[in-house]
Amino acid sequence: MSIILTTEGLPLEKSLKKVEQKNKFRAFLLVLPLLLFLIVAYVWPILNLLTRSVDNRLISDLLPQTAIALSNWEGNEMPSEDIYKTFYLDLNEAHKQKLSGKVSTRLNYAKNGFKSLINKTRRKLKNFEDENYKDQFIDLNKKWGDIEYWQAMKVAMPKYTIDKYLGSVDLEKNYSGEIIQKPEKRRIHRTLWYRTFYVALGVTICCLLLAYPIAHLLSTLPLRYSNLLLICVLLPFWTSLLVRTSSWMILLQQQGVLNDILVYFKIVGDKSRLELMYNMTGTFVAMTQILLPFMVLPLYSVMKTIPPSLMRAGSSLGGTPFHSFRKIYFPLTYPGIGAGSLLVFILAIGYYITPALVGGASGTLISNRIAYHMKETLDWSMASAMGTMLLVSVLVLYWLYNKILGIDNIKLG
Amino acid sequence: MAINKHTELRYKIWHYTYLTICGLVFFFLIAPLFVIVPLSFNAEQYIHFSDDMLALKPEAFSLRWYEDMVYGTKNPWGLAFKNSLVIGIFATIGATTLGTLAALGLSSKYMPYKALIMSILISPMVVPLIISGSALFFFLAKIGLSSSMLGIIISHIILGTPFVVITVTATLSSFDHSLTRAASSLGSSPMYTFFKVILPLITPGVISGALFAFVTSFDEVVVVLFLAGPDQTTVPIQMWTGLREQLSPTILSVATCLIAGSIIILVLMEILRRRSERLRGIQPR
Repeated sequence: MSIILTTEGLPLEKSLKKVEQKNKFRAFLLVLPLLLFLIVAYVWPILNLLTRSVDNRLISDLLPQTAIALSNWEGNEMPSEDIYKTFYLDLNEAHKQKLSGKVSTRLNYAKNGFKSLINKTRRKLKNFEDENYKDQFIDLNKKWGDIEYWQAMKVAMPKYTIDKYLGSVDLEKNYSGEIIQKPEKRRIHRTLWYRTFYVALGVTICCLLLAYPIAHLLSTLPLRYSNLLLICVLLPFWTSLLVRTSSWMILLQQQGVLNDILVYFKIVGDKSRLELMYNMTGTFVAMTQILLPFMVLPLYSVMKTIPPSLMRAGSSLGGTPFHSFRKIYFPLTYPGIGAGSLLVFILAIGYYITPALVGGASGTLISNRIAYHMKETLDWSMASAMGTMLLVSVLVLYWLYNKILGIDNIKLG
Repeated sequence: MAINKHTELRYKIWHYTYLTICGLVFFFLIAPLFVIVPLSFNAEQYIHFSDDMLALKPEAFSLRWYEDMVYGTKNPWGLAFKNSLVIGIFATIGATTLGTLAALGLSSKYMPYKALIMSILISPMVVPLIISGSALFFFLAKIGLSSSMLGIIISHIILGTPFVVITVTATLSSFDHSLTRAASSLGSSPMYTFFKVILPLITPGVISGALFAFVTSFDEVVVVLFLAGPDQTTVPIQMWTGLREQLSPTILSVATCLIAGSIIILVLMEILRRRSERLRGIQPR
């Protein structure tokens, strides 16, 4: 069998492969700048956030010898004199380097009361005598004789820990390493997770119910009218999120427009105006309206492609309009329903601005809690752990979206 | 479902119920926006429709909150608008350049690992902003760019690129590749083909991607909240602080301006869409 040669005298197959390689390389080269930029400035920082959530080296770096001593301590009887001495030396060293404030903050995450205890102790450190450290500590503050503080310190010591993840679902470790429920009154996070999930689900369902009829109307009207009506969907879509949130604040306030209308028509009395904002109602209504365009647009783009002749064919074969709708039209819109629902759910689960402004205390979501830890308590490991959990759930949904609909099919506007 | 005089009554009733529901949903979508506009012309200090306003008395309306927005004492809005514009423009240039290049590569049929790379490039749009914000906060602090314009611009380039990639890839998907082959067969170099054949045809997609990137940047508040120092205040930041403290009529004037801005963008997008259809020879139905 003779080999086909190109004009340069190379075998054709080889030459074609070479061209393909070159084309592959050229295509890749075009993507490379953005890909590198995103990996360095986005993917890597996010991975960094993940390590931050398990990284606990701060405290064992501040109290290195104590960390070792406590890891050898069983935890069921009072620590020995040696441990007290080691702790004294470490704390004194940290205090000299002006780092004892960090120690107290960090230990306070492990057990409330540590902050004041350390702060009271560190001022007296210079008066300590070189013997009987245990007694001196307990004389100074009887909390040092309480085994619970030492157990909490032991639990807080490992270099890497999943404590923050446990904390973000209201669990904690006791001194022997068993995972237990937090005390009833300190369980706040699980409610928030459930609430975020239910709000996202509820908003998605409401958006679907509201979007379906108008997407259908838009796709069946003549283009002249549907283009006009489409503006009603696109204008909110293009308008600033803060503008839309502030319009809801005007509407829902106690002295706001909705309450005024209700009072005017004597549906509620002037004294008993409804509380529509700074609670769940506000978050829910505002989020539904704000996310509605994200449901309408995918539904509309799917419905536009369904030929109207199919419904006519259904009727001509004797189906009632409802029957042909259920059997023919509705199944054809599944891709739109899937795309819109996943999109709205993904956006709703990480929503921050609107709940923070109209949600009050009972209408905040998990994102608000993350921001709270980032900006107020400065417990960044906790924020990272909760962020990681949120991220994983979003990425699972994103993967599903990709699997079912293909990422190439995302369309905008 | 067409309605005519032979339609059964129950279907007629159903049809009108359906139209009413649609009307209500459209009202729900659009009405909240237009509550803002009249209130921003309020002569009083309260966010409230006074009886005089409802009676359309001219003295109940004024431009004082617009004056306050432009000339007000210790006015933060001027700086905020300037910052937002600077950040928006640079972020748009960055996102559009990087995103268009990447989209060109991604639409090539030779592109290896297309799905994987695409999902990485789209991820900034999907990851909750609070997470992007925290991650970028730590990253930019580490490289010494916290509380700097450059840091915010970098983050907004990241957040804007997915939109450019999506719109340009969509435009390229309906691009007729025989045109580039025709150009090369007529002896044009790849660069010349790009500027004379490909670019003019994908321009509407590129511009609409750029508009998306600009709007994303101009409206972005979560990430900026983490990154901005007092000198980097932006319009959304000012609105955010204003809304948290007290809803003042000045904010409503700003909001009205922003609504006007989004109407302009909407019109631009529509013009681009029509142009793109005409260029690609798609006849309107």
